[in-house]
Amino acid sequence: MTTSMTTSTTTSTTNSTTAKLLSYPLNAWYPAGWDHEITSKGIISRTIAGRPLALYRTQDGHPVALADACWHRLAPLSQGKLMGRDEIQCPYHGLRYNSAGRCTAMPAQETLNPSATVASYPVSERYRYVWVWLGDPTLADPALLPDMHQLESDEWAGDGETIHAPCNYQLVLDNLMDLTHEEFVHSSSIGQEELSESEFEVTHDENTVTVTRWMRNIDAPPFWLKNMRDRFPGFEGKVDRWQIIHYTFPSTICIDVGVAEAGTGAPEGDRSRGVNGYVMNTISPETDRSCHYFWAFMRNYRLESQLITTQLRNGVHGVFGEDEAMLQAQQAAIDANPDHEFYNLNIDMGGMWVRRLLERALEAEGRSIAARAPAPAASSKA
Amino acid sequence: MITSRDDVWQKADVIAVDEVADRIRRIVLRPELPRPALPGEHIDVLATVNGEPQVRSYSVVEAPDNGGQLVITVFRTPESRGGSEFMHSLEQGQVLRITKPLQNFPLRVGAPSYVLLAGGIGITAIAGMAALLRRLGADYRLVYVARSRAAMAYLDDLAAVHGDRFEAHIDDEGGSLDVQALVAGVPVHTELYMCGPIRLMDAVRRTWADRGLDRTNLRYETFGNSGWFDAEPFVVRIPRLGVEAAVGSGESMLEALEREGVDMMSDCRKGECGLCQVKVLGLAGRIDHRDVFYSDRQKASDSSMCCCVSRAVTAAPPTTSGDRPAVLTIEVP
Ligand code: FES
Ligand code: FES
Ligand SMILES: [Fe+2]
Repeated sequence: MTTSMTTSTTTSTTNSTTAKLLSYPLNAWYPAGWDHEITSKGIISRTIAGRPLALYRTQDGHPVALADACWHRLAPLSQGKLMGRDEIQCPYHGLRYNSAGRCTAMPAQETLNPSATVASYPVSERYRYVWVWLGDPTLADPALLPDMHQLESDEWAGDGETIHAPCNYQLVLDNLMDLTHEEFVHSSSIGQEELSESEFEVTHDENTVTVTRWMRNIDAPPFWLKNMRDRFPGFEGKVDRWQIIHYTFPSTICIDVGVAEAGTGAPEGDRSRGVNGYVMNTISPETDRSCHYFWAFMRNYRLESQLITTQLRNGVHGVFGEDEAMLQAQQAAIDANPDHEFYNLNIDMGGMWVRRLLERALEAEGRSIAARAPAPAASSKA
Repeated sequence: MITSRDDVWQKADVIAVDEVADRIRRIVLRPELPRPALPGEHIDVLATVNGEPQVRSYSVVEAPDNGGQLVITVFRTPESRGGSEFMHSLEQGQVLRITKPLQNFPLRVGAPSYVLLAGGIGITAIAGMAALLRRLGADYRLVYVARSRAAMAYLDDLAAVHGDRFEAHIDDEGGSLDVQALVAGVPVHTELYMCGPIRLMDAVRRTWADRGLDRTNLRYETFGNSGWFDAEPFVVRIPRLGVEAAVGSGESMLEALEREGVDMMSDCRKGECGLCQVKVLGLAGRIDHRDVFYSDRQKASDSSMCCCVSRAVTAAPPTTSGDRPAVLTIEVP
């Protein structure tokens, strides 16, 4: 096997660490939830990047992310009530806050204590997600949102789900940056030996990493054969298969995947005899050992078919369930072997560039690269 | 809230001291554990007052070098509670105990427009906000008022940096601020941040309410050290406990009662929380309510008061009779 690598920027090279529990940058947009999860009817409680949040919408539909702890005695606001145009009432002693996190009512006195506020984090709604910025609010520029336009484009159809993954978010990034694991983890659906036998190319810039792999003239694995036949009924024969993994800082990975009838020019840019999907993945660290993994599978053919949308969502649900089981087992093994280190293979090239970008961001924020949380008790829940 | 957490305290070296205006010193500290500071943040400092450690709060005016330095600015009042006097005795090379920067007065990013209003030494809480809004290209006005030019720290610097967005109103130069006009002129969703003497802040608060503006867009920080009258000595009695204390002009009633051994409850010590309230049983003189806890209605009734900041005075205007102090008779919880 051979690999080739090109780098499109030159920066002084440092050795990346392989911290087993990577810390997360805070000056970044993280998905807080699907647009439909966050409503003006109720409040959801979710921890993003170590910050417990109370998420809701104002009556005019603007999403709000408040710190989920009342200024007074820290009762969780997410267990309170929505009131008026944009307010939330603490479930304990009834203090009320508006969407800016400012107290609007203190039931037991005639005035408001001017210090009574809870943090209200910048939010942005795009690509079917509500995003939140937990770091320096003066840097929260919506132009920094990763490109996930397939999620809200007329030219793509699909749907997705959320996995609450019991592992450090970086393990999910590693998983998605190297798809040779498909041969072993997903052998019944998308795996095949050509994955680990074929060349791949890695490029990066300050904000993105791309891993490209083409497998030519191979048999389509079951998942892809089905997709080909959805578009080209009765399809038989060899295919050219591609996986182009696009990572964007801090934790979004959109994978351009597909197969086309072998030799019809797909590697050169003509995908007309093939089927194309986009696996949209964006991950929010929750704690040092857990994350919210939002995914969707989008396709650009047979847009009218809800049947195909449902089949693909269910199919990917099954595939990602296999990843989830591996990630959980991996995190447990990491915790059970505190004296052991990570070693690298050439297949980790993409994942290591992702680490490099995350480490640079952590350094710029003056934060340590390794999360320092102690390992949980050995009998953590299954 | 006075923080009870030990982990926020650290040592800091005094690395420079400068007199930047009349009785106003700029003190540059180098904290042991640097951390960037946000506008509106303050540090608590352990001052030594009459040989006792006492906590005082000072706004962080700037925090250059990513918080490697913390600049505070301290005004020494004649009726100081002793803290500012201690701060003015500091010299380069001394070591202080301070907290990390703490936030009670956050600036919200993203308002359509801002007015920043500073009265006198209140500029220390406001200057950093102005610097940030300028950096963000926000729509803001910086209004700085004081009795006299000599008492205005950073006046020239602010005027130079903020240009057209800056205005100064100086009482003894005939330029007093017209609060009505200021509030009447702000666009509806403006956020106004202010720090200054209670009289100024009260006038703004009333005008703001009269105009029907959203009260949560009026943000302020108080340090509880200014009133409607000059501080003067008075006497406080608690008949049930047989206590009588003389409250000096440089201390609070709460401090005087604590000194007398009365078991008092308090928290913020700046007139916000209401934990230090005492019932007024009798009064010879009048009460100078300096808190923001009671409503105007409650203050007018004089039935109770926040003893951490509010005081008794003989009458308005300050008299010269002098030798007959106001007397308060109270009950404590
Ligand atoms: S804890 Fe929320 S009002 Fe008391
Ligand atoms: S101690 Fe908070 S108002 Fe007096
Ligand atoms: Fe996988």
